[in-house]
Amino acid sequence: MMSGQTGPVCVVLIALLVLWYVGAVFMNAPTQIDRYERADQAWTTGQLIEDTLAQDRPILPAPHQVAVEMYKTIFAIKITSKRSLVYHSWVTLSSTLLGFGIGTLLGVLLAVGIVHVMTLEKSLMPWVISSQTIPILAIAPMIIVVLGAIGIKGLVPKAVISTYLCFFPVTISMVKGLRSPQVIQLDLMRTYNASKWQTFWQLRLPSAMPYLFASLKVAIAISLVGAIVGELPTGAQAGLGARLLAGSYYGQTIQIWSALLTAAFVAAILVVIVGWCERRVLARMGVKS
Amino acid sequence: MTLKTVVNNVAEMPASKKAVVDINKLSLTFQTADGPVYALSDVDLTIEEGDFVSFIGPSGCGKTTLLRVIADLEQATGGEISINGVTPHEAREKRAYGYVFQAPALLPWRSIERNVTLPLEIMEISKEERVRRAQEALKLVELNGFEKKFPWQLSGGMQQRASIARALSFDADLLLMDEPFGALDEIVRDHLNEQLLKLWARTNKTVAFVTHSIPEAVYLSSKIVVMSPRPGRIIDVIETDFPKDRTLDIRETPEFLEIAHRVREGLRAGHSNDE
Repeated sequence: MMSGQTGPVCVVLIALLVLWYVGAVFMNAPTQIDRYERADQAWTTGQLIEDTLAQDRPILPAPHQVAVEMYKTIFAIKITSKRSLVYHSWVTLSSTLLGFGIGTLLGVLLAVGIVHVMTLEKSLMPWVISSQTIPILAIAPMIIVVLGAIGIKGLVPKAVISTYLCFFPVTISMVKGLRSPQVIQLDLMRTYNASKWQTFWQLRLPSAMPYLFASLKVAIAISLVGAIVGELPTGAQAGLGARLLAGSYYGQTIQIWSALLTAAFVAAILVVIVGWCERRVLARMGVKS
Repeated sequence: MTLKTVVNNVAEMPASKKAVVDINKLSLTFQTADGPVYALSDVDLTIEEGDFVSFIGPSGCGKTTLLRVIADLEQATGGEISINGVTPHEAREKRAYGYVFQAPALLPWRSIERNVTLPLEIMEISKEERVRRAQEALKLVELNGFEKKFPWQLSGGMQQRASIARALSFDADLLLMDEPFGALDEIVRDHLNEQLLKLWARTNKTVAFVTHSIPEAVYLSSKIVVMSPRPGRIIDVIETDFPKDRTLDIRETPEFLEIAHRVREGLRAGHSNDE
Protein backbone atom coordinates (compact mmCIF):
# COMPACT_ATOMS: atom_id res chain seq x y z
CA MET A 1 0.00 0.00 0.00
CA MET A 2 1.24 3.43 -0.91
CA SER A 3 -0.19 5.19 2.14
CA GLY A 4 2.52 6.24 4.51
CA GLN A 5 5.10 6.25 1.75
CA THR A 6 4.26 9.60 0.13
CA GLY A 7 5.59 11.65 3.04
CA PRO A 8 9.08 10.16 3.17
CA VAL A 9 9.31 10.07 -0.64
CA CYS A 10 8.46 13.79 -0.83
CA VAL A 11 11.07 14.63 1.79
CA VAL A 12 13.74 12.72 -0.14
CA LEU A 13 12.68 14.40 -3.41
CA ILE A 14 12.90 17.85 -1.86
CA ALA A 15 16.31 17.07 -0.42
CA LEU A 16 17.48 15.86 -3.83
CA LEU A 17 16.20 19.05 -5.50
CA VAL A 18 18.04 21.22 -2.98
CA LEU A 19 21.24 19.26 -3.54
CA TRP A 20 20.75 19.58 -7.28
CA TYR A 21 20.41 23.36 -7.15
CA VAL A 22 23.45 23.69 -4.94
CA GLY A 23 25.37 21.36 -7.24
CA ALA A 24 24.32 23.34 -10.31
CA VAL A 25 25.61 26.57 -8.84
CA PHE A 26 28.93 25.02 -7.88
CA MET A 27 29.52 23.16 -11.13
CA ASN A 28 28.59 26.06 -13.40
CA ALA A 29 30.42 28.69 -11.31
CA PRO A 30 33.92 28.28 -12.88
CA THR A 31 32.66 28.86 -16.46
CA GLN A 32 30.47 31.72 -15.29
CA ILE A 33 33.31 33.44 -13.45
CA ASP A 34 35.42 32.94 -16.57
CA ARG A 35 32.76 34.69 -18.61
CA TYR A 36 32.63 37.62 -16.16
CA GLU A 37 36.37 38.03 -16.31
CA ARG A 38 36.52 37.98 -20.09
CA ALA A 39 33.80 40.64 -20.23
CA ASP A 40 35.55 42.56 -17.48
CA GLN A 41 32.36 42.48 -15.43
CA ALA A 42 32.15 42.91 -11.68
CA TRP A 43 29.94 40.30 -10.03
CA THR A 44 28.20 39.59 -6.75
CA THR A 45 27.33 36.18 -5.26
CA GLY A 46 23.63 36.81 -5.84
CA GLN A 47 24.25 37.57 -9.50
CA LEU A 48 26.50 34.53 -9.80
CA ILE A 49 23.80 32.25 -8.44
CA GLU A 50 21.21 33.74 -10.79
CA ASP A 51 23.43 33.43 -13.83
CA THR A 52 24.68 29.90 -13.14
CA LEU A 53 21.10 28.72 -13.04
CA ALA A 54 20.25 30.26 -16.40
CA GLN A 55 23.16 29.35 -18.68
CA ASP A 56 22.66 28.29 -22.24
CA ARG A 57 24.90 25.22 -22.13
CA PRO A 58 25.49 24.59 -18.44
CA ILE A 59 27.69 21.79 -17.16
CA LEU A 60 24.90 20.84 -14.80
CA PRO A 61 21.49 22.24 -15.81
CA ALA A 62 19.26 23.51 -13.05
CA PRO A 63 16.04 21.57 -12.32
CA HIS A 64 13.79 24.32 -13.64
CA GLN A 65 15.76 24.51 -16.91
CA VAL A 66 15.28 20.77 -17.41
CA ALA A 67 11.60 21.06 -16.45
CA VAL A 68 11.01 23.84 -18.99
CA GLU A 69 12.79 21.86 -21.74
CA MET A 70 10.76 18.76 -20.89
CA TYR A 71 7.53 20.73 -20.98
CA LYS A 72 8.50 22.21 -24.33
CA THR A 73 9.35 18.87 -25.92
CA ILE A 74 6.58 16.78 -24.37
CA PHE A 75 3.47 18.93 -24.14
CA ALA A 76 4.11 22.04 -26.24
CA ILE A 77 5.03 20.19 -29.39
CA LYS A 78 3.31 17.96 -31.92
CA ILE A 79 3.76 14.24 -31.15
CA THR A 80 4.77 13.54 -34.73
CA SER A 81 7.59 16.10 -34.65
CA LYS A 82 11.11 14.71 -34.65
CA ARG A 83 11.90 16.80 -31.59
CA SER A 84 9.02 15.51 -29.49
CA LEU A 85 10.09 13.47 -26.49
CA VAL A 86 6.77 11.63 -26.71
CA TYR A 87 7.75 10.37 -30.17
CA HIS A 88 11.21 9.36 -28.98
CA SER A 89 9.82 7.74 -25.85
CA TRP A 90 7.48 5.69 -27.97
CA VAL A 91 10.33 4.50 -30.19
CA THR A 92 12.32 3.37 -27.17
CA LEU A 93 9.25 1.97 -25.43
CA SER A 94 8.19 -0.15 -28.38
CA SER A 95 11.49 -2.01 -28.52
CA THR A 96 11.54 -2.20 -24.69
CA LEU A 97 8.14 -3.90 -24.62
CA LEU A 98 8.91 -6.23 -27.50
CA GLY A 99 12.21 -7.25 -25.91
CA PHE A 100 10.54 -7.63 -22.52
CA GLY A 101 7.82 -9.86 -23.94
CA ILE A 102 10.20 -12.16 -25.81
CA GLY A 103 12.72 -12.16 -22.95
CA THR A 104 10.08 -13.13 -20.38
CA LEU A 105 8.75 -15.92 -22.59
CA LEU A 106 12.26 -17.20 -23.24
CA GLY A 107 13.15 -16.99 -19.54
CA VAL A 108 10.04 -18.91 -18.47
CA LEU A 109 10.56 -21.63 -21.12
CA LEU A 110 14.20 -22.03 -20.15
CA ALA A 111 13.29 -22.30 -16.49
CA VAL A 112 10.60 -24.93 -17.16
CA GLY A 113 13.13 -26.94 -19.18
CA ILE A 114 15.86 -26.62 -16.57
CA VAL A 115 13.59 -27.72 -13.73
CA HIS A 116 12.09 -30.71 -15.53
CA VAL A 117 14.98 -32.10 -17.57
CA MET A 118 18.19 -33.00 -15.77
CA THR A 119 20.47 -32.70 -18.81
CA LEU A 120 19.16 -29.22 -19.61
CA GLU A 121 20.07 -28.00 -16.15
CA LYS A 122 23.65 -29.19 -16.46
CA SER A 123 24.09 -27.99 -20.03
CA LEU A 124 22.15 -24.71 -20.08
CA MET A 125 22.75 -23.05 -16.73
CA PRO A 126 26.49 -22.37 -17.23
CA TRP A 127 25.72 -20.77 -20.60
CA VAL A 128 22.86 -18.72 -19.20
CA ILE A 129 25.09 -17.32 -16.49
CA SER A 130 28.13 -16.70 -18.66
CA SER A 131 25.98 -14.93 -21.26
CA GLN A 132 25.62 -12.08 -18.81
CA THR A 133 29.32 -11.66 -18.20
CA ILE A 134 29.84 -10.03 -21.60
CA PRO A 135 29.47 -6.22 -21.31
CA ILE A 136 26.35 -5.12 -23.13
CA LEU A 137 28.04 -2.05 -24.57
CA ALA A 138 30.42 -4.36 -26.41
CA ILE A 139 27.79 -6.75 -27.67
CA ALA A 140 25.15 -4.20 -28.72
CA PRO A 141 27.02 -2.79 -31.75
CA MET A 142 27.86 -6.32 -32.87
CA ILE A 143 24.21 -7.40 -32.76
CA ILE A 144 23.12 -4.29 -34.66
CA VAL A 145 25.78 -4.67 -37.34
CA VAL A 146 25.25 -8.43 -37.81
CA LEU A 147 21.48 -8.12 -38.01
CA GLY A 148 21.79 -5.06 -40.23
CA ALA A 149 23.96 -7.07 -42.60
CA ILE A 150 21.16 -9.60 -43.14
CA GLY A 151 18.64 -6.83 -43.63
CA ILE A 152 17.05 -6.65 -40.16
CA LYS A 153 17.11 -3.06 -39.00
CA GLY A 154 15.22 -0.69 -36.74
CA LEU A 155 13.03 -2.16 -34.02
CA VAL A 156 14.15 -5.80 -34.01
CA PRO A 157 17.88 -5.49 -33.27
CA LYS A 158 17.13 -3.22 -30.31
CA ALA A 159 14.50 -5.70 -29.09
CA VAL A 160 17.12 -8.46 -29.37
CA ILE A 161 19.43 -6.52 -27.06
CA SER A 162 16.57 -5.96 -24.59
CA THR A 163 15.72 -9.67 -24.74
CA TYR A 164 19.34 -10.59 -24.13
CA LEU A 165 19.42 -8.50 -20.97
CA CYS A 166 16.06 -9.37 -19.49
CA PHE A 167 15.76 -13.16 -20.00
CA PHE A 168 18.42 -13.76 -17.37
CA PRO A 169 16.68 -12.47 -14.21
CA VAL A 170 13.46 -14.14 -15.33
CA THR A 171 15.21 -17.50 -15.84
CA ILE A 172 17.00 -17.43 -12.51
CA SER A 173 13.91 -16.36 -10.55
CA MET A 174 11.62 -18.84 -12.27
CA VAL A 175 14.01 -21.74 -11.63
CA LYS A 176 14.00 -20.82 -7.96
CA GLY A 177 10.23 -20.33 -7.98
CA LEU A 178 9.45 -23.59 -9.77
CA ARG A 179 11.58 -25.38 -7.20
CA SER A 180 9.99 -23.59 -4.24
CA PRO A 181 7.13 -26.02 -3.39
CA GLN A 182 7.68 -27.80 -0.08
CA VAL A 183 8.43 -31.51 0.06
CA ILE A 184 5.10 -32.11 1.81
CA GLN A 185 3.24 -30.53 -1.12
CA LEU A 186 5.19 -32.59 -3.65
CA ASP A 187 4.41 -35.73 -1.59
CA LEU A 188 0.75 -34.72 -1.65
CA MET A 189 0.76 -34.62 -5.45
CA ARG A 190 2.47 -38.01 -5.47
CA THR A 191 -0.30 -39.54 -3.39
CA TYR A 192 -2.74 -38.41 -6.08
CA ASN A 193 -0.54 -39.98 -8.76
CA ALA A 194 -0.41 -36.58 -10.46
CA SER A 195 1.53 -36.42 -13.74
CA LYS A 196 4.51 -34.08 -14.12
CA TRP A 197 2.39 -31.70 -16.13
CA GLN A 198 -0.36 -31.65 -13.46
CA THR A 199 2.20 -31.05 -10.72
CA PHE A 200 3.65 -28.19 -12.81
CA TRP A 201 0.31 -26.57 -13.55
CA GLN A 202 -1.32 -27.05 -10.12
CA LEU A 203 1.67 -26.64 -7.80
CA ARG A 204 4.91 -25.39 -9.30
CA LEU A 205 3.61 -22.57 -11.47
CA PRO A 206 1.38 -20.93 -8.81
CA SER A 207 4.22 -21.23 -6.26
CA ALA A 208 6.51 -19.42 -8.70
CA MET A 209 4.28 -16.34 -9.18
CA PRO A 210 5.85 -14.13 -6.47
CA TYR A 211 9.30 -14.96 -7.80
CA LEU A 212 8.22 -14.24 -11.37
CA PHE A 213 6.85 -10.79 -10.58
CA ALA A 214 9.91 -9.81 -8.59
CA SER A 215 12.06 -10.66 -11.60
CA LEU A 216 9.66 -8.92 -14.03
CA LYS A 217 10.26 -5.60 -12.28
CA VAL A 218 14.01 -6.02 -12.76
CA ALA A 219 13.51 -7.28 -16.30
CA ILE A 220 11.40 -4.39 -17.55
CA ALA A 221 13.78 -1.76 -16.18
CA ILE A 222 16.78 -3.50 -17.67
CA SER A 223 14.92 -3.97 -20.94
CA LEU A 224 14.60 -0.19 -21.21
CA VAL A 225 18.34 0.15 -20.62
CA GLY A 226 18.93 -2.37 -23.40
CA ALA A 227 16.74 -0.41 -25.81
CA ILE A 228 18.58 2.82 -25.05
CA VAL A 229 21.97 1.14 -25.41
CA GLY A 230 20.79 -0.27 -28.72
CA GLU A 231 20.09 3.21 -30.01
CA LEU A 232 23.59 4.49 -29.37
CA PRO A 233 25.58 2.65 -32.06
CA THR A 234 23.23 3.38 -34.97
CA GLY A 235 24.23 7.01 -35.27
CA ALA A 236 21.37 8.59 -33.40
CA GLN A 237 18.20 8.35 -35.47
CA ALA A 238 15.28 8.07 -33.06
CA GLY A 239 14.58 7.16 -29.49
CA LEU A 240 15.62 8.45 -26.07
CA GLY A 241 19.14 7.05 -26.48
CA ALA A 242 19.41 8.88 -29.78
CA ARG A 243 18.36 12.14 -28.10
CA LEU A 244 20.98 11.56 -25.40
CA LEU A 245 23.62 11.03 -28.07
CA ALA A 246 22.54 14.01 -30.19
CA GLY A 247 22.60 16.21 -27.11
CA SER A 248 26.14 15.16 -26.31
CA TYR A 249 27.32 15.73 -29.89
CA TYR A 250 26.08 19.32 -29.92
CA GLY A 251 26.82 20.14 -26.29
CA GLN A 252 23.13 20.56 -25.50
CA THR A 253 23.33 19.47 -21.87
CA ILE A 254 19.76 20.53 -21.13
CA GLN A 255 18.60 18.24 -23.93
CA ILE A 256 20.64 15.38 -22.49
CA TRP A 257 19.17 15.82 -19.04
CA SER A 258 15.59 16.11 -20.24
CA ALA A 259 15.97 12.87 -22.24
CA LEU A 260 17.57 11.25 -19.20
CA LEU A 261 14.78 12.26 -16.83
CA THR A 262 12.14 11.17 -19.35
CA ALA A 263 13.78 7.75 -19.57
CA ALA A 264 13.78 7.55 -15.77
CA PHE A 265 10.08 8.44 -15.62
CA VAL A 266 9.22 5.88 -18.30
CA ALA A 267 11.10 3.19 -16.36
CA ALA A 268 9.35 4.16 -13.14
CA ILE A 269 5.93 4.01 -14.80
CA LEU A 270 6.68 0.59 -16.27
CA VAL A 271 7.78 -0.81 -12.91
CA VAL A 272 4.66 0.64 -11.25
CA ILE A 273 2.48 -1.03 -13.90
CA VAL A 274 4.19 -4.40 -13.27
CA GLY A 275 3.69 -3.87 -9.53
CA TRP A 276 0.01 -3.16 -10.09
CA CYS A 277 -0.39 -6.33 -12.17
CA GLU A 278 1.41 -8.27 -9.44
CA ARG A 279 -1.02 -7.04 -6.76
CA ARG A 280 -4.01 -7.98 -8.90
CA VAL A 281 -2.72 -11.48 -9.68
CA LEU A 282 -1.64 -12.23 -6.13
CA ALA A 283 -4.96 -10.95 -4.74
CA ARG A 284 -6.77 -13.41 -6.99
CA MET A 285 -4.49 -16.11 -5.65
CA GLY A 286 -5.68 -15.37 -2.15
CA VAL A 287 -2.51 -13.79 -0.80
CA LYS A 288 -3.05 -11.83 2.42
CA SER A 289 -3.04 -8.13 1.51
CA MET B 1 -20.34 -85.49 12.03
CA THR B 2 -23.81 -85.14 10.51
CA LEU B 3 -24.60 -82.60 7.77
CA LYS B 4 -26.66 -80.57 10.25
CA THR B 5 -23.66 -80.14 12.59
CA VAL B 6 -21.42 -79.10 9.73
CA VAL B 7 -23.95 -76.48 8.58
CA ASN B 8 -24.31 -75.20 12.16
CA ASN B 9 -20.57 -74.99 12.58
CA VAL B 10 -20.20 -73.04 9.35
CA ALA B 11 -22.97 -70.66 10.42
CA GLU B 12 -21.14 -69.98 13.67
CA MET B 13 -17.79 -69.17 12.04
CA PRO B 14 -17.07 -65.42 11.97
CA ALA B 15 -17.15 -63.91 8.47
CA SER B 16 -13.49 -63.62 7.38
CA LYS B 17 -12.56 -60.03 6.73
CA LYS B 18 -10.65 -59.02 3.65
CA ALA B 19 -7.03 -58.10 4.30
CA VAL B 20 -6.53 -54.58 3.01
CA VAL B 21 -2.86 -54.29 3.89
CA ASP B 22 -0.70 -57.39 4.10
CA ILE B 23 2.88 -56.91 5.32
CA ASN B 24 5.38 -59.75 5.46
CA LYS B 25 8.89 -59.46 6.91
CA LEU B 26 9.16 -55.88 5.70
CA SER B 27 12.54 -54.17 6.06
CA LEU B 28 13.77 -50.72 5.17
CA THR B 29 17.38 -49.77 5.58
CA PHE B 30 18.60 -46.27 4.78
CA GLN B 31 22.20 -46.06 3.65
CA THR B 32 23.53 -42.88 5.16
CA ALA B 33 26.95 -41.28 5.35
CA ASP B 34 27.57 -42.69 8.83
CA GLY B 35 26.38 -46.20 8.21
CA PRO B 36 23.05 -47.99 7.64
CA VAL B 37 19.92 -46.93 9.54
CA TYR B 38 17.50 -49.80 10.16
CA ALA B 39 14.27 -47.83 9.93
CA LEU B 40 12.14 -50.99 9.71
CA SER B 41 13.19 -54.51 10.49
CA ASP B 42 11.13 -57.67 9.88
CA VAL B 43 7.69 -56.14 10.25
CA ASP B 44 4.72 -58.52 10.00
CA LEU B 45 1.24 -57.04 10.06
CA THR B 46 -2.22 -57.49 8.58
CA ILE B 47 -4.75 -54.68 8.45
CA GLU B 48 -8.27 -55.92 7.75
CA GLU B 49 -11.15 -54.13 6.14
CA GLY B 50 -12.85 -51.70 8.50
CA ASP B 51 -10.01 -51.74 11.05
CA PHE B 52 -8.84 -48.61 12.78
CA VAL B 53 -5.16 -49.34 13.38
CA SER B 54 -2.98 -46.99 15.42
CA PHE B 55 0.77 -47.02 15.25
CA ILE B 56 2.34 -45.73 18.41
CA GLY B 57 5.93 -45.44 19.51
CA PRO B 58 8.71 -42.99 20.36
CA SER B 59 10.26 -40.90 17.62
CA GLY B 60 12.49 -42.86 15.32
CA CYS B 61 10.59 -46.14 15.73
CA GLY B 62 9.60 -46.21 12.07
CA LYS B 63 5.86 -45.61 12.38
CA THR B 64 5.80 -42.75 9.87
CA THR B 65 8.21 -44.69 7.64
CA LEU B 66 5.86 -47.68 7.69
CA LEU B 67 2.93 -45.46 6.72
CA ARG B 68 4.96 -43.95 3.91
CA VAL B 69 5.89 -47.40 2.61
CA ILE B 70 2.18 -48.28 2.50
CA ALA B 71 1.61 -45.02 0.59
CA ASP B 72 4.47 -45.75 -1.84
CA LEU B 73 6.26 -42.59 -0.71
CA GLU B 74 9.20 -44.79 0.35
CA GLN B 75 10.31 -48.14 -1.08
CA ALA B 76 11.05 -51.13 1.13
CA THR B 77 14.47 -52.77 0.80
CA GLY B 78 13.29 -56.20 1.91
CA GLY B 79 10.15 -58.27 2.46
CA GLU B 80 6.71 -58.00 0.87
CA ILE B 81 3.79 -55.68 1.13
CA SER B 82 0.49 -55.68 -0.73
CA ILE B 83 -2.42 -53.25 -0.64
CA ASN B 84 -5.76 -54.66 -1.76
CA GLY B 85 -3.76 -57.45 -3.34
CA VAL B 86 -1.50 -55.25 -5.48
CA THR B 87 1.84 -53.49 -4.95
CA PRO B 88 1.87 -50.08 -3.22
CA HIS B 89 2.86 -48.49 -6.54
CA GLU B 90 -0.20 -49.89 -8.28
CA ALA B 91 -2.38 -48.92 -5.33
CA ARG B 92 -1.07 -45.36 -5.59
CA GLU B 93 -1.77 -45.32 -9.33
CA LYS B 94 -5.34 -46.40 -8.61
CA ARG B 95 -5.61 -43.72 -5.90
CA ALA B 96 -6.62 -46.38 -3.40
CA TYR B 97 -5.93 -44.27 -0.32
CA GLY B 98 -6.22 -40.76 1.06
CA TYR B 99 -3.23 -39.40 2.95
CA VAL B 100 -3.38 -36.83 5.73
CA PHE B 101 -0.03 -35.28 6.68
CA GLN B 102 1.16 -33.81 9.96
CA ALA B 103 0.70 -30.34 8.55
CA PRO B 104 -2.46 -29.44 6.64
CA ALA B 105 -0.48 -28.93 3.38
CA LEU B 106 -3.30 -26.88 1.86
CA LEU B 107 -2.35 -24.88 -1.26
CA PRO B 108 -2.48 -21.26 -0.07
CA TRP B 109 -3.64 -19.81 -3.41
CA ARG B 110 -6.75 -22.01 -3.52
CA SER B 111 -9.95 -21.56 -1.54
CA ILE B 112 -10.97 -24.33 0.86
CA GLU B 113 -13.44 -25.72 -1.67
CA ARG B 114 -10.84 -25.75 -4.43
CA ASN B 115 -8.33 -27.37 -2.09
CA VAL B 116 -10.78 -30.18 -1.37
CA THR B 117 -11.44 -30.63 -5.09
CA LEU B 118 -7.72 -30.74 -5.98
CA PRO B 119 -7.52 -34.58 -6.11
CA LEU B 120 -10.79 -34.64 -8.05
CA GLU B 121 -9.36 -32.20 -10.60
CA ILE B 122 -6.30 -34.41 -11.00
CA MET B 123 -8.60 -37.38 -11.56
CA GLU B 124 -10.38 -35.29 -14.21
CA ILE B 125 -13.80 -35.51 -12.64
CA SER B 126 -16.45 -33.15 -14.01
CA LYS B 127 -17.05 -29.80 -12.37
CA GLU B 128 -20.56 -30.46 -10.99
CA GLU B 129 -19.47 -33.79 -9.53
CA ARG B 130 -16.43 -32.12 -7.96
CA VAL B 131 -18.52 -29.44 -6.26
CA ARG B 132 -21.01 -32.03 -5.01
CA ARG B 133 -18.31 -34.25 -3.52
CA ALA B 134 -16.56 -31.28 -1.94
CA GLN B 135 -19.81 -30.26 -0.27
CA GLU B 136 -20.29 -33.77 1.10
CA ALA B 137 -16.72 -34.02 2.36
CA LEU B 138 -16.87 -30.61 4.03
CA LYS B 139 -20.16 -31.59 5.67
CA LEU B 140 -18.50 -34.69 7.12
CA VAL B 141 -15.90 -32.53 8.86
CA GLU B 142 -18.40 -29.77 9.70
CA LEU B 143 -16.78 -27.06 7.61
CA ASN B 144 -19.82 -25.97 5.58
CA GLY B 145 -19.85 -22.26 5.01
CA PHE B 146 -16.07 -22.02 4.73
CA GLU B 147 -15.83 -23.07 1.08
CA LYS B 148 -14.78 -19.67 -0.26
CA LYS B 149 -12.35 -18.85 2.51
CA PHE B 150 -8.60 -19.15 2.06
CA PRO B 151 -6.41 -21.35 4.29
CA TRP B 152 -4.82 -18.39 6.08
CA GLN B 153 -8.27 -17.35 7.26
CA LEU B 154 -8.79 -20.63 9.11
CA SER B 155 -7.38 -21.82 12.43
CA GLY B 156 -4.96 -24.75 12.59
CA GLY B 157 -7.68 -27.18 13.63
CA MET B 158 -9.97 -26.08 10.81
CA GLN B 159 -7.17 -26.35 8.27
CA GLN B 160 -6.48 -29.89 9.40
CA ARG B 161 -10.20 -30.71 9.10
CA ALA B 162 -10.12 -29.33 5.55
CA SER B 163 -7.13 -31.57 4.89
CA ILE B 164 -9.14 -34.57 6.14
CA ALA B 165 -12.08 -33.53 3.94
CA ARG B 166 -9.68 -33.47 0.98
CA ALA B 167 -8.53 -37.02 1.78
CA LEU B 168 -12.16 -38.16 1.95
CA SER B 169 -13.35 -36.38 -1.19
CA PHE B 170 -12.39 -39.06 -3.68
CA ASP B 171 -13.88 -41.86 -1.59
CA ALA B 172 -10.85 -44.11 -1.22
CA ASP B 173 -11.42 -47.06 1.11
CA LEU B 174 -8.12 -46.64 2.92
CA LEU B 175 -7.21 -43.58 4.98
CA LEU B 176 -3.59 -43.03 6.03
CA MET B 177 -3.09 -40.39 8.71
CA ASP B 178 0.32 -39.30 9.96
CA GLU B 179 -0.05 -37.62 13.37
CA PRO B 180 -2.77 -35.33 11.98
CA PHE B 181 -3.63 -33.76 15.34
CA GLY B 182 -0.08 -33.53 16.68
CA ALA B 183 0.19 -29.77 16.27
CA LEU B 184 -3.14 -28.94 17.92
CA ASP B 185 -4.06 -28.20 21.51
CA GLU B 186 -5.80 -30.78 23.69
CA ILE B 187 -9.31 -29.34 23.55
CA VAL B 188 -9.36 -29.13 19.77
CA ARG B 189 -7.74 -32.56 19.67
CA ASP B 190 -10.48 -34.12 21.81
CA HIS B 191 -13.14 -32.62 19.57
CA LEU B 192 -11.43 -33.83 16.41
CA ASN B 193 -10.92 -37.31 17.89
CA GLU B 194 -14.65 -37.57 18.51
CA GLN B 195 -15.39 -36.32 15.01
CA LEU B 196 -12.95 -38.78 13.44
CA LEU B 197 -14.46 -41.67 15.36
CA LYS B 198 -17.98 -40.76 14.21
CA LEU B 199 -16.67 -40.44 10.67
CA TRP B 200 -15.10 -43.87 10.82
CA ALA B 201 -18.27 -45.42 12.24
CA ARG B 202 -20.32 -43.79 9.49
CA THR B 203 -18.11 -44.44 6.46
CA ASN B 204 -16.63 -47.80 7.49
CA LYS B 205 -13.24 -46.99 6.00
CA THR B 206 -10.01 -48.71 6.94
CA VAL B 207 -7.80 -46.27 8.81
CA ALA B 208 -4.07 -46.42 9.59
CA PHE B 209 -3.29 -43.73 12.15
CA VAL B 210 0.15 -42.74 13.44
CA THR B 211 0.29 -41.02 16.81
CA HIS B 212 2.51 -40.57 19.83
CA SER B 213 -0.35 -39.99 22.24
CA ILE B 214 -1.36 -43.09 24.21
CA PRO B 215 -4.90 -41.93 25.13
CA GLU B 216 -5.57 -40.99 21.51
CA ALA B 217 -4.39 -44.37 20.26
CA VAL B 218 -6.44 -46.34 22.80
CA TYR B 219 -9.55 -44.19 22.31
CA LEU B 220 -9.66 -44.34 18.53
CA SER B 221 -8.39 -47.79 17.55
CA SER B 222 -9.70 -51.27 17.10
CA LYS B 223 -6.08 -52.42 16.94
CA ILE B 224 -2.98 -50.79 18.46
CA VAL B 225 0.46 -51.54 17.07
CA VAL B 226 3.22 -50.63 19.51
CA MET B 227 6.58 -50.03 17.86
CA SER B 228 10.09 -49.37 19.12
CA PRO B 229 13.20 -47.89 17.49
CA ARG B 230 16.66 -49.03 16.56
CA PRO B 231 15.83 -51.12 14.66
CA GLY B 232 12.21 -50.11 13.94
CA ARG B 233 10.03 -53.12 14.80
CA ILE B 234 6.66 -54.13 16.24
CA ILE B 235 6.72 -54.89 19.94
CA ASP B 236 3.04 -55.62 20.56
CA VAL B 237 -0.31 -55.72 18.77
CA ILE B 238 -3.28 -55.05 21.03
CA GLU B 239 -6.88 -55.62 19.94
CA THR B 240 -9.58 -53.55 21.59
CA ASP B 241 -13.33 -53.99 21.43
CA PHE B 242 -14.82 -50.79 22.69
CA PRO B 243 -18.29 -50.06 21.33
CA LYS B 244 -18.32 -48.06 18.11
CA ASP B 245 -20.45 -45.31 19.60
CA ARG B 246 -18.08 -44.61 22.50
CA THR B 247 -17.60 -41.12 23.95
CA LEU B 248 -14.60 -39.49 25.55
CA ASP B 249 -15.85 -40.58 29.00
CA ILE B 250 -14.58 -44.04 28.19
CA ARG B 251 -11.09 -42.76 28.93
CA GLU B 252 -11.74 -43.09 32.66
CA THR B 253 -13.03 -46.66 32.63
CA PRO B 254 -10.86 -49.51 33.98
CA GLU B 255 -10.83 -51.35 30.65
CA PHE B 256 -9.41 -48.28 28.95
CA LEU B 257 -6.77 -47.80 31.63
CA GLU B 258 -5.78 -51.45 31.42
CA ILE B 259 -5.15 -51.24 27.70
CA ALA B 260 -3.33 -47.93 28.11
CA HIS B 261 -1.17 -49.62 30.72
CA ARG B 262 -0.39 -52.46 28.35
CA VAL B 263 0.61 -49.94 25.65
CA ARG B 264 2.82 -48.12 28.11
CA GLU B 265 4.51 -51.37 29.11
CA GLY B 266 5.17 -52.16 25.49
CA LEU B 267 6.71 -48.73 24.92
CA ARG B 268 8.89 -49.09 27.97
CA ALA B 269 10.06 -52.53 26.85
CA GLY B 270 11.06 -51.10 23.51
CA HIS B 271 12.90 -48.19 25.09
CA SER B 272 14.86 -50.36 27.53
CA ASN B 273 16.97 -51.59 24.63
CA ASP B 274 18.50 -48.11 24.50
CA GLU B 275 20.05 -48.30 27.98
